[in-house]
Amino acid sequence: MHQGRAETDIIIIGAGPVGLFAVFEAGLLKLRCHLIDVLPQAGGQLTEIYPKKPIYDIPGYPSVLAGDLVQNLLQQIAPFKPEFSLGHRAETIEKAEDGRWRVVTDRGLELMAPAIFIAGGLGCFEPRKPPLENISRFEENGIEYFVRDPEMFRNKRVVIAGGGDSALDWTIYLAEVASELVLIHRRTEFRGALDSVEKVHHLAETGRVRLVTNAQVTGLHGDKHLQGLDVLHDTDGSFRIDTDYFVPLFGLTPKLGPIGEWGLGVDNNAVKVNTFDYSTDVPGIFAIGDINTYPGKLKLILCGFHEATLACQSAFRLVHPDKKLSFKYTTVTGIEGMPS
Amino acid sequence: MENTIIVSITDRAGNEKQYEAPTDMNMNVMELCKSYELPVEGTCGGMALCASCHVYVLSDHELPEPTDDELAMLDSAFFVKDNSRLGCQIKLKDNLDGIKLELAPVSG
Repeated sequence: MHQGRAETDIIIIGAGPVGLFAVFEAGLLKLRCHLIDVLPQAGGQLTEIYPKKPIYDIPGYPSVLAGDLVQNLLQQIAPFKPEFSLGHRAETIEKAEDGRWRVVTDRGLELMAPAIFIAGGLGCFEPRKPPLENISRFEENGIEYFVRDPEMFRNKRVVIAGGGDSALDWTIYLAEVASELVLIHRRTEFRGALDSVEKVHHLAETGRVRLVTNAQVTGLHGDKHLQGLDVLHDTDGSFRIDTDYFVPLFGLTPKLGPIGEWGLGVDNNAVKVNTFDYSTDVPGIFAIGDINTYPGKLKLILCGFHEATLACQSAFRLVHPDKKLSFKYTTVTGIEGMPS
Repeated sequence: MENTIIVSITDRAGNEKQYEAPTDMNMNVMELCKSYELPVEGTCGGMALCASCHVYVLSDHELPEPTDDELAMLDSAFFVKDNSRLGCQIKLKDNLDGIKLELAPVSG
């Protein structure tokens, strides 16, 4: 689901482990969920930052790899058929005329529901931006933090900065596309896959890529559109490179992002909640997992699971104000959609 | 005091202060900064994955070599110098008594 309009019972902002488990607990109460995440895949930090790290404090698992935990959660919630809108950033939240909430994403998707769970973890993952004066002025006017469409660089002069896999991979790819390509890295060694490092060195030897190591970009030039960069080399001093595009690839870093603008009580980059049901100070909006704060808060996945479970109880009353909620164990009722 | 060392930390405004640090609690420099409410986020919790605990080592104390993970993270950080380390990767041990550190500027 990527555009248009959709309705659900709970809009879950953030598809990390806690957002995913909320689908399970909501499913037991026959509540439907629609997850939004800025990242292109489910799992949040577990998938994006540390998929191969073992986690030791998930009850019942002496050790589980972060990536495996996410796969297990996806399997656990599959019977409840959650909707996913991945690669979307929840941009605005507003109350609709009928009393429900309307969430609109940066790509124009509109979701309606009586309840919202903010399970945003550390916030939105955004590209790490070099600390250069005027950098925001040239964003989309010569500075690109992602390569969305390589064709935009065809027959253009391009400078890539960074030393990791994405800097190497795009250098290899754009060598065939750009008219001139420069790769700037702070050190001599690259940390990417060996094969990619060798390819980049080969491209440099054959003159397809100009490799500038032990150097950093220190300044930007241009009028409306970027025209050139100042580069400071560790031993050779400062020089200028004329270019049409600058692509800094320094990975992603979490930022609170639009969550901070939704009028919720926020304390030190976290959303304040009531521990009765992890509701925020705006009725109908809950915050669960690392994004929330309360006295005694611990940023643990297992605590987030508990928070999601309790929030679902209150969400049920919002979705079905006239229905009675009776608590049942999965050992008694099984899970609808799965063989018991 | 036994199992306590003194760590000197210069904050981002240039103020240097001495902090008592336990060496028997498996603590690292990032955690020490947070416990004294210094402006260190420690966003990733100590996995060498965010560089919010980036520090410069000003004294010549001998530290264990950085791991590949730490070097990779420093490659993505800014304001990196030859004496840059991630605070979360520096375990507080008795041989670090008197170590002098400076918080690197917040970046990205």
